[in-house]
Amino acid sequence: MPRALLGVSIALLALLPLSGIGNYPLHLVINCLLWGYVYTSWSVMGRLGLVSFGHGAFLGIGAYAVVMLWNNFGVSPWLGAIAGIVVSVVVALMIGIPCFRFKIVGHYFALVTLALSEVTRLVIVALRDQTGGSLGATPNTALAQGVTVSFEALQFQSKIAWFYVILAFWLLALWVWHVVDRSMTRLALEAISQEEDAAASIGINVTKSKLFVTIISAVMTSIGGVLYAQYQMYINPETVSGIGISLQMVFGVIAGGMYVMLGPTVGAAFTLLLAEGLRLALGEHFKQFPALDLAIYGLLLVLFIIYLPKGILGAALDAWKNRSPSGLPATAKK
Amino acid sequence: MEVFDIFLLEAVLNGVLLGGLLALLSLGLNLVFGVIDVVWICYAELIMIGMYAVYLLHVQLGWPVLAAMAAGVAVVAVLGALLHQFIIRPVLAAEPINQLLVTGGVLFFLQAAATLAFGIEFRSLGVKMSPVSIGEMSFSLPRIIAFAVAVGGVAATYLFLTRTYVGTAIRAISQDRQIMPLMGADPDRLFVITSALGGGLAGLAACLLVLQYDIHPAIGLSFGPITFLICVLGGLGNLVGGLVAAFIFAQFISVGGFFFHIEWGYVIAFVFFIAVMFWRPQGILGGK
Repeated sequence: MPRALLGVSIALLALLPLSGIGNYPLHLVINCLLWGYVYTSWSVMGRLGLVSFGHGAFLGIGAYAVVMLWNNFGVSPWLGAIAGIVVSVVVALMIGIPCFRFKIVGHYFALVTLALSEVTRLVIVALRDQTGGSLGATPNTALAQGVTVSFEALQFQSKIAWFYVILAFWLLALWVWHVVDRSMTRLALEAISQEEDAAASIGINVTKSKLFVTIISAVMTSIGGVLYAQYQMYINPETVSGIGISLQMVFGVIAGGMYVMLGPTVGAAFTLLLAEGLRLALGEHFKQFPALDLAIYGLLLVLFIIYLPKGILGAALDAWKNRSPSGLPATAKK
Repeated sequence: MEVFDIFLLEAVLNGVLLGGLLALLSLGLNLVFGVIDVVWICYAELIMIGMYAVYLLHVQLGWPVLAAMAAGVAVVAVLGALLHQFIIRPVLAAEPINQLLVTGGVLFFLQAAATLAFGIEFRSLGVKMSPVSIGEMSFSLPRIIAFAVAVGGVAATYLFLTRTYVGTAIRAISQDRQIMPLMGADPDRLFVITSALGGGLAGLAACLLVLQYDIHPAIGLSFGPITFLICVLGGLGNLVGGLVAAFIFAQFISVGGFFFHIEWGYVIAFVFFIAVMFWRPQGILGGK
């Protein structure tokens, strides 16, 4: 994408809250950006053949670290976020080093990470005296009459403030995605995902390359957990950890397109808009059809993986390239 | 308090009973993986559909329990065959991870379909059975039945695979997918039969679970992960390994839950799983 176009798009997006859109549409946009951020974080490693079913663990660690430290010890979420990041890195290393050393890949990697996300969820539930268990937890509010912003507690009443915070992180995630995309590590990891032994034989350090993207991805995801907890002001074990949210990340990315920068964000927007679109289309009848959006989503996922393995955005870009006068075939750039 | 008390013994025996159920739970998934080399991430959701089928036929349509259960097994068996024919087959030649992912779409769909059809309320079959007491220990009757049926199901599957013509063909094709078609075995047909069998075993597991647990659309998420982990722990596709792993897991859950809290039992089991993966990635009984 030309730089000018990129700059204009970002500027237009940044001006969005000033256009006077209501609170609810703004909330939807924030959600798109937040999940776009999280999905992008997942895809930093997912697109390179490291399909993790365990990112719920990192999301949960980030979210619970800030809320627990704040509620129980009054530790500012800024420090809490750092604690969450440190724990996430340790967990990523504890899982990553043995997995990559012993060549646990494909199905096995997916299922080992799945176990990790379940362990996180169960630990949160089991520590119910501290975490509130399945009922979830709400960060103690630092806001009061007349106090609408608390930097120390990372709490803002205004959705506009949150919009800019999350926009910044989303842009940061895209930048990281881009840097990784341009790096030697990506080339190394693509070689590894094709043929691990051959890659190792030409001098690629398999374990180190994989650990590098895994740690980036884990840190970014746990920051996502922090943002989610602070924005929603409510977390529970099911929504930030465990198999459900972990699968949601994987499939959001696949729906949008795993191999293009904005693919994960398109996936997040698509999921949210599907639910909202149905809510609008069905109006009052919406309540009679609980989970209809999920049923359509599941069906579409199956169709995508069979017929559109590059996802919505990936397929759209391919179609666009095939039509462009420069005549570059879609397969020119993988 | 002495460590080896009667309640610990009760926990161990309950673990054995649970092990039988877990063994049956993982058997169908393991069979499908061993033969077709595909992990059905939606396997637990197939079981959930089976539970709802039994509930619908028995509670809402008034069929006798056993007839409803037989029909439930059939429903899930057909579902397994359909799953293979229409969803797995188109991606059989694609990257392995796509085969795993496509069944994830089915997971969301089945969960949502169950919510649409039955709502999110907990449903119960309403079959009451009194517990069995032996000395000071007491065991729930559904668990004992589940154990017996599970052992029977495992044995029947074993006999089918080793003593019948079709079973032998299934084992053969799982060993070499390229050569067997040259010997006149039709992989498409055998895969559909295997999928139906895997579905049928899921249906059987559903009948046993429905006696013990209330049904809700997300119930698959609660025992799905453990089912996968048992298969992987035993060595994916290794039926005997799956059995051993099921009993190990069940002991961790039951005895761990006795000493601590039930969630800690699961945590210990999962951490044990991760540790074993690092030690023997091919599973405890998996060959190299």
